[in-house]
Amino acid sequence: MTNMTISRAPGQPIYLDYQATTPCDPRVVEKMLPYFTEKFGNPHSRNHRYGWEAEEAVEIAREQVADIIGADAKEIIFTSGATESNNLAIKGVAHFYKDKRDHIVTVVTEHKCVLDTCRHLEQEGFRVTYLPVGPDGLIDLAELEAAVTDKTVLVSVMGVNNEIGVIQPMAEIGAICRKKGAFFHTDCAQAVGKIPLDVNAMNIDLMSISGHKLYGPKGVGALYVRRRPRVRLVPLINGGGQERGMRSGTLSTPLCVGLGEACRLAKAEMGAESERLHMLRDRLLNGLRQRLPEIYVNGDLDRRIPGNINISFAFVEGEGLMMGVKDLAVSSGSACTSASLEPSYVLRALGLDAEMAHTSLRFGLGRFTTEAEIDYAVNHVAEAVEHLRAMSPLWEMHLDGVDIKSIEWAEH
Amino acid sequence: MAYSDKVIDHYEHPRNVGALDKDSGDVGTGLVGAPACGDVMKLQIKVSAEGIIEDAKFKTFGCGSAIASSSLVTEWVKGKTLDEAAAIKNTDIAQELALPPVKIHCSVLAEDAIKAAIADYRKKSGQSGDDADQAAG
Repeated sequence: MTNMTISRAPGQPIYLDYQATTPCDPRVVEKMLPYFTEKFGNPHSRNHRYGWEAEEAVEIAREQVADIIGADAKEIIFTSGATESNNLAIKGVAHFYKDKRDHIVTVVTEHKCVLDTCRHLEQEGFRVTYLPVGPDGLIDLAELEAAVTDKTVLVSVMGVNNEIGVIQPMAEIGAICRKKGAFFHTDCAQAVGKIPLDVNAMNIDLMSISGHKLYGPKGVGALYVRRRPRVRLVPLINGGGQERGMRSGTLSTPLCVGLGEACRLAKAEMGAESERLHMLRDRLLNGLRQRLPEIYVNGDLDRRIPGNINISFAFVEGEGLMMGVKDLAVSSGSACTSASLEPSYVLRALGLDAEMAHTSLRFGLGRFTTEAEIDYAVNHVAEAVEHLRAMSPLWEMHLDGVDIKSIEWAEH
Repeated sequence: MAYSDKVIDHYEHPRNVGALDKDSGDVGTGLVGAPACGDVMKLQIKVSAEGIIEDAKFKTFGCGSAIASSSLVTEWVKGKTLDEAAAIKNTDIAQELALPPVKIHCSVLAEDAIKAAIADYRKKSGQSGDDADQAAG
């Protein structure tokens, strides 16, 4: 069960970056292996046993994926991952209905692959509204309702944010979309397997799913596409008409099997795992708060998946801090860690000052995180922050009662 | 991102972290960078009556390369005259620490910090800013 471990080689840092990716669960790998070798058939081959056994495996996997979100197996399309699913959902729907509706509503804190897809559609002539979020990272439902018009074809709001882990009010969003006649797409790469999801109760029309965020393999994902009322798409990939014509190409049986098994395990263990991660996250946060003053949680703490915490350590710079916590694999919202040299747009969208966005670390806890690792992390982070604050001119000013905002900095 | 051994050494064992009395007549203070940009360096020099930098201290908010750059320059300026210290170039710092191109701005900031500290000292001791600029140039 959840107390199983994946062995870490000596000198390997403790993995606390489960929102970036998760290791494949060994139980998932075991289920996949036969489909690389003896059961290698093309699941679309109708003429012999090799094809039939591969097809049967894919269809079981499809049911397992459908089951975790309360969908019907016929509504699941396998893809290469959540990026493809998001592209297919947004471009596919926009292109199919473009003569009737040409407006899309999304949120500023969406994943880059949603935002970039929307930018691309804007260049084609679609109109896109980017909703802001509050300091808690959540959208304002009244603003959403006001933004959706009779020209809105699609509302795309992520279930769980990848940086700050906050959970958007999906059922309420779904109700607004249904009332207004717009389709509701949700990028649930970070949500599936972490929180209970029900496409019918939440009025979700399209949902993107990722394999490697829930202990499945990389290179596979799925898109849920509602059948009643029917949602239609223009495919991105044309060919032999697989996946109900929405995504041509031979399916990878082992990857589909892996995603299915990952969903089955995640659903079976969600309750206990959620409770365990909640306890570990509280232990991490409380431990850090006991050791360090001036630390701030980014995004709503309660409406958040239990495996995420994003903290700003005031007066220390995130990349410098990452260097100090070299025994941990974590992510930073600091500019210096990204190619763009801009601090995290998600943290900025919360209204965080650039200087606070520079000081953040994201801790992602998951299935193989142990209490001993959390205790080690607390001490390691606290020591690094103390080391860096001791050499931070901003910390010195803070202790001297100088308001850093009162200084005229020469921005470079 | 891989750091050079010298950057790691300065990060883990920074030289001359601390503060000098900024109100003292023989101390020059340079504060450069901005929190919003993710780098702030404070560099202080203590200058002897003979015009030699006899002590230097720094505090830096920034990445490992920024910390290493400022730590390194505190070592370099000690024992130098103001003109010699002002002649330290960012390229020397970048080369010594093997900084990658995206971190060159850290060495630029360290050079700016030395110049700012020297200018502050000269201003306090009654030397004109023009002289400081010429010396720096």
